Order: sequence, then structure tokens, then C-alpha cells
Amino acid sequence: MRQLTEAPDHIAHHEHPRKGFFTDTSICIGCKACEVACKEWNRNPHDSAFELLESSYDNTGSLGADTWRHVAFVEQSGQQIEQARESGRALVSLGMPGIGPPASRPSSAAPGIVPSDTASSDTTPPDTPEFRWLMSSDVCKHCTNAGCLDVCPTGALFRTEFGTVVVQDDVCNGCGTCVAGCPFGVIERRSDGIVAPKTERDFTPGEQAATRNVGVAQKCTLCYDRMVDDQTPACAQACPTTSIKYGDREEMVATARQRVAELQTQGMSEARLYGANDFDGVGGTGSVFLLLDEPEVYGLPPDPRVPTADLPQMFKRAGIAAAGMLAATAVAFVAGGRR
Amino acid sequence: MTVTEFDSYRPPEPPRKRRRGGKGRRRGAGGADGSREMPMVPEPEFTSYYGRPVVKAPPWENPIAVYFVLGGVAGGSSLLALGAQLADLPELRRNSRISAVAAAGVGAIALVTDLGRPERFLNMLRTIKLTSPMSLGSWILAAFSTGAGVAAVSEVDRMTDCRAPLGPLRKVLRAAEHPAGVVAAVFAAPLAAYTAVLLSDTAVPTWNAAREDLPFVFVSSAALASGGLGIITTSVSQARPARALAVLGAAGDLVATQVMERRMDPVAAEPLHEGGPGQTLRWSRRLVAVGGLGALLGGGNRIVAAASGAALLAGSALTRFGVLHAGLNSAADPRYTIEPQKRRLAARRRAGITHDSITTAG
Repeated sequence: MRQLTEAPDHIAHHEHPRKGFFTDTSICIGCKACEVACKEWNRNPHDSAFELLESSYDNTGSLGADTWRHVAFVEQSGQQIEQARESGRALVSLGMPGIGPPASRPSSAAPGIVPSDTASSDTTPPDTPEFRWLMSSDVCKHCTNAGCLDVCPTGALFRTEFGTVVVQDDVCNGCGTCVAGCPFGVIERRSDGIVAPKTERDFTPGEQAATRNVGVAQKCTLCYDRMVDDQTPACAQACPTTSIKYGDREEMVATARQRVAELQTQGMSEARLYGANDFDGVGGTGSVFLLLDEPEVYGLPPDPRVPTADLPQMFKRAGIAAAGMLAATAVAFVAGGRR
Repeated sequence: MTVTEFDSYRPPEPPRKRRRGGKGRRRGAGGADGSREMPMVPEPEFTSYYGRPVVKAPPWENPIAVYFVLGGVAGGSSLLALGAQLADLPELRRNSRISAVAAAGVGAIALVTDLGRPERFLNMLRTIKLTSPMSLGSWILAAFSTGAGVAAVSEVDRMTDCRAPLGPLRKVLRAAEHPAGVVAAVFAAPLAAYTAVLLSDTAVPTWNAAREDLPFVFVSSAALASGGLGIITTSVSQARPARALAVLGAAGDLVATQVMERRMDPVAAEPLHEGGPGQTLRWSRRLVAVGGLGALLGGGNRIVAAASGAALLAGSALTRFGVLHAGLNSAADPRYTIEPQKRRLAARRRAGITHDSITTAG
């Protein structure tokens, strides 16, 4: 399958290493500077009538055609924190690849006894056991096996020399197949319905720049235009806490492994990586995340799988079905052809 | 249970009415006065980000379903036309060829109207991409339409008593019509089947979970629809193969739908049974069964045959609309994405496969 798809190790020129993000949600403060920087740099339209979603401090909602960085905000109770720690410990005990934390981590000393984790250690970070806030800046994953890229019929989506996935705005005809093909719900077709001038909010009456790329698929480009000039993507540049890190993908994964091990030795057994495994359903992601709970808590799929992985089997089944249709027609003429 | 001292001022609560198996009443809807019990804990084993969707539904609306129906009709009709061409049934051949090209033409227009930038529809033929069912389908549709178009033009020319000033081109047309009919028939079954792959090759839970058997549903639906159109347009004496195809298609459709729903992930199959799409699919099954029986038993009568054919066409259309909207609904609810994924991840872990999780401890 990798011979057919445009995986990053499958491109002709290799003068650039694969680039990626490492988003460390443990130090995200939810300031949304990344969202703003992204919108400004990419000149993305605002995506709602400034409505409040009334569920949390996150009023952006989700990634989409006009939102290429989205800061999730979750408030959790003490019980949910315990559940997150439990599921994190379960991950460690599975013996996952990459075996991050060193053998001397304290959490292995007392499995099952929950409170001793944070109580027994001096290096425990300040903790609020009653509740916590989870903040995480989500972005396009720039998958190794990208579903959107595989199903694009026009070739508008392509793999760049940096191993990222980018839409060519002038080629895309807005068929929308990539929207369905993305297992993370990132890419979306931009519509023009919600970008009318906000006269009551706009301080400069008069001309408003026309919205670009209406009707075509839009998503994070990892600031391709900045990368070609050796610039850091706008979101990573703007992040005040270095929660968003940008660099060579291998370096990012190494940093992520180091950081998750560090957190686990501090007793934060809920820390885990998302997308750092090259054997997962999308072959590893270009944007790696450090999460403090199960992925679905942040709105990420727990076990994404690129649909293309099953495509040969689907074509086989469709071939059998088509043969069946031919056979049925033949039978129909043999049975019904006599006059 | 009393929480504060102020509760003592409350009038006594009326005894709770137990409502068991109340059909149509959704749980979770508390009474406006707070008297009804409200579930305080969300369903276990399922967390999401404020109930917001994980995957996005594609921007595909009813024109896409119309295209699926008409693509199936076009494919089946051109197979009927080839059969009639070989079995020497001129009326069935003529009607089927014209049906095929008309359905393909209108279907292509429906497809183009659903694009975000319809003026760029020719970009579909910019590359041939084996991993993109949409790309392959565009080429299949283009090749099919070329063949079906030449065959149909020849039929129309014959119907108009060769009045069009074609000159020497008429000879070329007559020589090309049968090979063109074969070309159309070669791409006919792929045209009917690829749309199932187009839907299944996505992250939309219901479509993806149906990937093993959806092609069978779609080709059966195409066969019964084209057979149904054949018995509407063609006189009883020549429509026997179309009748047989309609009956075979109807039987295949009913069986394939059952098999598909049984083999799917039970959670991902739910949108096929619930709400509007569930209703649509139930009606589609009824119409297909009635139309199939009508074609089988009363196909000798032109009126009954035409009514059966109409029922079959409507049933086929409802199948595609139901499947389309069930998938769109499944993408809108995070439960259909998260629950099956969590279950398959847990199953793999139980089986000792731990190397392929996207979430890792380090």
C-alpha cells in the first residue's frame, strides 16, 4: 500500500528532513495566541458570528476550514483525574514501543495504590487534587499515511518536500472527498455563508477583503510559505509557553519521549504521547502531542485508521459485486430472453 | 434526601410515576419543572469533547445521492442494452441505450452541482489516482459516457429516420455503435459498484463499517432500478430480460442489505435504523419487495409492470438516500466514531497486540 500512497518516505527529493510539531499540552495555558497568530498569518476568515458555545472557555469549537489551530478546554473533577492516571498506568504496563520512562520510575513501585503516586514524591509539581483544567492546541496531524491526500481525485493535495500535506487552492474543485477521508476531522470545505461583513463590530466601515478560497478544501499547511524561508510556523512562533514546538519530526518525537518520561517520573502517570508511534493506523503523525488523558477527552479519535489501508480489500469486494452484476444480467437474458 | 434546611419548606413531592418502555420518549430530557428524574452521569465508557463530532461529514448533499441512483441506472441499462444487442431485441436495446446516456448525463450534472467550485469539474480528469475512488470513478464515468453516448446517438438517429445531415459520418456511426455499446457495458458494472467504495473509503463510521458488503447492496440496487426502468419503457414482449434482472436485483438487494447490517459493527450500524435514514431505508425495502414481487408475478401486464418498475426505481433511490444520510448522521455523533474505535483497540490489546496504538506511554 505504501508503494501506492504518497507517504513521506516515498517522495523523490530528500534535501529536507520531515518537519513537524510537538504540542506539549502539559504546559499549555489556553491563551489561544496560536489560534490568533494562525488566523492572522493565513488570513483565515472568522468562522462564526462571535457566538459563545456555552460549554467551556473554548468558543472556537473545533478545527475546520477557517480554524487551523484549535485550543481545547476541559475541566475535570478529581475522579476524572484518577481515571486518567489509571488509564495512563495501564498504557505503561502494556509495554508499548519506545518504552519511554526509565526503569526507576516510582509509579511502578506501587501499582494499584492510587494516592501514593503524588504523595510520596518530592518532585511532585503543584497539583490541585479536586479539579484540573486541560488545555490542548489541536492542529492538522500531517499523517504519514494521510487519508485526505490518498482520496483527493484532482491531485490538489500533495506531499511537500518537508513531508507535510498541503492543498493547492487553485487546483482543488471542492469535491469534499478529503473531508470524509480524514480520520481526525481536520480538513473542511470553506463555505461563504458565515463570512459576511460584521457591520456592528467592524470599526472600519467600507471595504472588507473578499474571503479567499471559498468552496475549496482548507486546512493547516504547517505554514508552508514560512517554512520555505526557514521561518517557524506562526502558531509555534506565537506560543508564549513553548507548548507548541516546531522542528525536525525525529527531533520532536525524541523531545516528546523525553518529556513524557520526565512527567512520569514526577508521578504524572496520566501523561502519554499521541501520534509518536510509526506503527499506528496512520503510520505516525507529523504533529505529535503529549496528552494528560485519553485522546477522546480532547476530541481526538482513540484509534484512527487511514481508510486507504482497507482500500485493496474494498476494491476486491467491489470487483466481486460487479462480476455478480454481470452474471445476473447474463442469467436474466438466458432466463428471460426466450420469446 | 434533604440537602439544606430550606428544603423543609418544600411541599411534599408527588410520588414518581415509573414509565417503563415508554416508546418514543428519549431519555435525558428532564422535565421543565425539574420533577422528572434527570440522568446525572453520562453513559459510561464513552467520553467525548462536549459531544462534538470527531470526524467531519463530507459536504455531500442530495445531488450526490441522485448521482448514485442515476449512475446505477445508467450502468444497469447499458448492460441491458448490450444483452439486447446480442439477443436481437431492438426495442429493449434502443430504450436501454437512451436510458443509460440520459441517466449518466443527469447524474454527471448532479455530481458537478455538488462541487464547491463546479467550474473546475474538469480537474477530476487531471490525474489518474489509484488510491482515490473519486478519481477512478470520474474516469469510469467519462469512459462509460463516451461509449453510451455514441450508441445512443445512433439510436436517436435511427428514431428520427436518419434526418440529421450526417453524410458519410452516418456510416462511421453505424459501424461504431455496437463496439461503443460494448465499451459502455465494460464500464457499466464498475460504474454501479465504485460509488460504494467511494463511500466506504472514508472515516465516516457507518460507511466505513459497511465496506465489506456495501458494493453488493449498490450493484443489486442498480440492477433492480435499471430492470425497473426497462419494464416501464419497453413493451412486455421484449422486456422479459429486464423483468428478470429486476427480480434478481430485488432479491439480491434484500439479502445483501440484511447481510451487510448483520456483519457491521452494531454501534456503527445504528444510524441505518434510526431517525429519518432508518425510515427511508425501511420504505426502500418495502418498495423493493413490492416492486420485485409485482415484476415477478404481474410483469405480463403492462400496467402492473410499469407500477412495479416505478416502485423499484423509488426503492433504489431511497436506498441511496438512506445510506448517504445515515453516514452523514454517524459522522455528526462522536459516539459512532469513538465507541467502535475504543472497542477494537481494547480487543487488540486483549489479544496481546500492543504495538499499533496511536497512544503510547513513551
